[in-house]
Amino acid sequence: MSELKPYVHLQDQDLTDPSHAADASLTDKEYEMAVSILGRTPNKLELGIIGSMWSEHCSYKSSRAHLARLPTEGPHVLQGPGENAGIVDIGDNWGVCFKVESHNHPSFIEPFQGAATGVGGILRDVFTMGARPVAAMNLLRFGEEKHAKTAHLMKGVVAGIGHYGNCFGVPTVVSNVAFDSSYNGNILVNAFAAGVVKHDGIFLGVAEGVGNPVFYVGAKTGRDGIHGATMASDVFDEDSEQKRPTVQVGDPFKEKLLLEACLETFKENLLVGIQDMGAAGLTSSSFEMASRAGGGISLDLDKVPMRETGMTPYEIMLSESQERMLLVAEEGAEQRLKEIYGKWDLDCIQIGRVTDDGCVRLNWHGEEWGVLPARALADEAPKYHRPYEAPKSALRLAEEDHRLFLQKKPDDVVDDLVGSGTLASKKWVTSQYDHTIGAGTRIGPGQAGAALVEVPQCGKTIAVAIEADGRKGLANPRECGRRAVANGVLRLAATGARALGLSDCLNYGSPENPRIMWQMVEGIDGIADAGKALEVPVVSGNVSLYNETDGTAVLPTPTVATVGVHEDPDQAVGFHQMQPNDVLVLAGWSATEVEGSEAIHASLKTNVGHVKDWDLGDVATLSDWTRAAVKSDKVHAAAVVEQGGLSFAALRLALASQTGVHLHLPEHLIPENGDGLHGVLFGEDKPSVLLAVSKEHVAELRSSASALPLEVIGQVSTDENFSVHAGQDRVVQKPLKELQQLFDRTIPEVVA
Amino acid sequence: MTVAIIRFPGSNCFRDSLHVMQNVVGAKTVEVWHQDVALPADTQSIFIPGGFSYGDYLRCGAMAAHQPIMAAVKDFAEKGGKVLGVCNGFQVLCEVGLLPGALMPNHHGLFACDVVGLEAVGTSDGFMRGYETQEQIQLPVAHHDGNYFASEEIIQALEADKRVAFRYIAKDADGHGTLNGSRNGIAGIIGGPNRNVLGMMPHPERRSESRLGGQDGLPLLKTLAENL
Repeated sequence: MSELKPYVHLQDQDLTDPSHAADASLTDKEYEMAVSILGRTPNKLELGIIGSMWSEHCSYKSSRAHLARLPTEGPHVLQGPGENAGIVDIGDNWGVCFKVESHNHPSFIEPFQGAATGVGGILRDVFTMGARPVAAMNLLRFGEEKHAKTAHLMKGVVAGIGHYGNCFGVPTVVSNVAFDSSYNGNILVNAFAAGVVKHDGIFLGVAEGVGNPVFYVGAKTGRDGIHGATMASDVFDEDSEQKRPTVQVGDPFKEKLLLEACLETFKENLLVGIQDMGAAGLTSSSFEMASRAGGGISLDLDKVPMRETGMTPYEIMLSESQERMLLVAEEGAEQRLKEIYGKWDLDCIQIGRVTDDGCVRLNWHGEEWGVLPARALADEAPKYHRPYEAPKSALRLAEEDHRLFLQKKPDDVVDDLVGSGTLASKKWVTSQYDHTIGAGTRIGPGQAGAALVEVPQCGKTIAVAIEADGRKGLANPRECGRRAVANGVLRLAATGARALGLSDCLNYGSPENPRIMWQMVEGIDGIADAGKALEVPVVSGNVSLYNETDGTAVLPTPTVATVGVHEDPDQAVGFHQMQPNDVLVLAGWSATEVEGSEAIHASLKTNVGHVKDWDLGDVATLSDWTRAAVKSDKVHAAAVVEQGGLSFAALRLALASQTGVHLHLPEHLIPENGDGLHGVLFGEDKPSVLLAVSKEHVAELRSSASALPLEVIGQVSTDENFSVHAGQDRVVQKPLKELQQLFDRTIPEVVA
Repeated sequence: MTVAIIRFPGSNCFRDSLHVMQNVVGAKTVEVWHQDVALPADTQSIFIPGGFSYGDYLRCGAMAAHQPIMAAVKDFAEKGGKVLGVCNGFQVLCEVGLLPGALMPNHHGLFACDVVGLEAVGTSDGFMRGYETQEQIQLPVAHHDGNYFASEEIIQALEADKRVAFRYIAKDADGHGTLNGSRNGIAGIIGGPNRNVLGMMPHPERRSESRLGGQDGLPLLKTLAENL
């Protein structure tokens, strides 16, 4: 912060030189736009605020035009995008409030604190809406398993997430972790939280009621995280680690106190509105709250509780110190608010009032240091229709790679899958998260593709899953978005749960590159297609751009968190409860092609090639049938056929249930396109679900399936092997114990 | 006849413990705030739940041990009243001197969340009467500092007096728990003048309902609500 010059007052400034714009990460055009909105040149304080509010991170200026195409409405939606988090109705006057958000840039620079504060931020987004957090998840993407930085980053990120979530006291029930060289210089840390709230207990971030007092509650403001939002809106280069001081430091204990204090105030009709001070801190919270209410706020910045001496208005407005909230209270609530926050050892200070002039006014010891229009900064930021362009030729699997893969013995491909970082057991990760606190985790990490958390306070069982398969996005970014939604819906269905809503977190490189912009536009359209076809609206989300270093962008990674309910949790199934005499039934359409599948990368570390579109009507049929089948109590275990294909789905069941599996592939399932056995075992070009059921229920299930293909393709075995027969030939035979060891030791070796 | 559940700032397992004691065990419960100086008159037993009291700052349980309510808890225990400390509650009981030894950081340095096999050892004690002798049970664990440590003399005395309540089944070549490195695989110990204080790292309240995979924790929590 050595660059900061002494402040200039409105009356005696001379900042007509647009080179000041660069200090605030504004382009010359954006600077001119700001000048024209204000009708004068901004001073340094105002310029810093405009720069943060109009950063990509806060304004979504490159994505807003496209995000408008996402489906955001539906019979279950109680709160769509635009608030701190979205809410869907789960019945009996209860809603589930949730959001997924990125903390990629800070986590690369300082993995422990970066990831920890990512968790803290998303938890606040949820409880600021009035909801007590009941489940957390994350999606993490690291560089290659053997890359020099991967172990350090992974250890720091996982420990940071655990530290924050465990101390706060929320069960972290899913961790989706994958590796790819494109993330070597830009890891992804996407954190999700969900909470439950009564319909009449929802709070919004609005500054309504002229004259109402504005309170600052929570931790004190320090100099940490200043310019965090602009840092997160920039590409990295070799000097990026010098940005360490812009990473915030989290205090999960303080956040736990803040949660309990906020929930107490919610019960007492003291508040008009509340908002977390997240990215761009006091700036974004005050401008957004004023803008939503169509009014203004006047703030006395000298009253803000400060952790350090000598802080300036500029630092106060742009600090991203954690565990702070901005409250708009009813007149007369001050005494009671102070009692509640005092009980929890937290500051609660009136720092301003709601006004009706549409401006945020910033005062410092009685003098006005800045005046900016709330709506223009919060909702009328620059909006770019950046050019986008598809690659001239479609990405295909190289012929040589295709041939090499088909030459591999299926036994060896199975080893490659189980021993790949992306598909190996994540127990090293999830054992660092408290996933049983809350006494409600019905299905936890590694037990299914989704997790189920029963919430005693409302008697509902929440189902959650999180997914993004960036390798599919390189050739077909639209299908990548569609699959993220489809897989989420199917994963929930495979436990017996129904998906009700989505939250998305779009991770891409620089939008100023038309190819990257194309990936994002396609990804959004993919989520939109599948969201509409499967009737799951997007109710919250976040966009993280500029995830690139020295010109290398991350794989297009449209993270989708799927949230729903399980109406009959006693019938829920995961991977882990196959019974000795079960047969394995493949419901849906068996795969035919290896191109586009994870196995290609697991075996050859190469591009997977083109990815075929799934028929979303088929996905809807499959998920509806699967959910009904599971709820009918005829299914003991189920796994969606996704990364690693049918073979890996069967292995998940075998490993989790600790029992051998024999697959017998009927001749007619072996495709005649040349990919043969490899196609059906490792392909992912069609949607299907593998179910373990009692033999006597097969006929009944078959009759309920009508048009949906249903094929008995194997059985549980007692010989503790994983084996596959195609016709008369035995094509795979692996001792389960050997596979279990490989499955378990891969990640510990990555971090060793 | 009431179970007093102590609540410190950061007692994350307070709500779970309250839920199980009230709705599963069927006990009468009362929340006791850390700033209170006295226990309710009809307190029959005390439950110090898990969590991160004071964010584990300074040392797990160290700050909680110095809060006003702890003088009353100590007095209650020293007069023979039943006190159960789970996870962070165990750490608090050690810090306040009601139980010997200390919980050090896990030997591998990582937080450990899992469901582990335990042997119920001290079954002659009132607290443990819901279990068969050397019954093997499964309970969830979730801690960063669960590595039980005490001097050789104390460990020997605990073993000689049969004050080890629970032991991790999985042990390394030195007999320490593989989960966290704890001496002799100790997961829980008994103390107090009348063998009336129990501290344990595993969470009985997270496995007291069949919907959560088992009820191995329930016999223990039931005895907390009964007379010794």
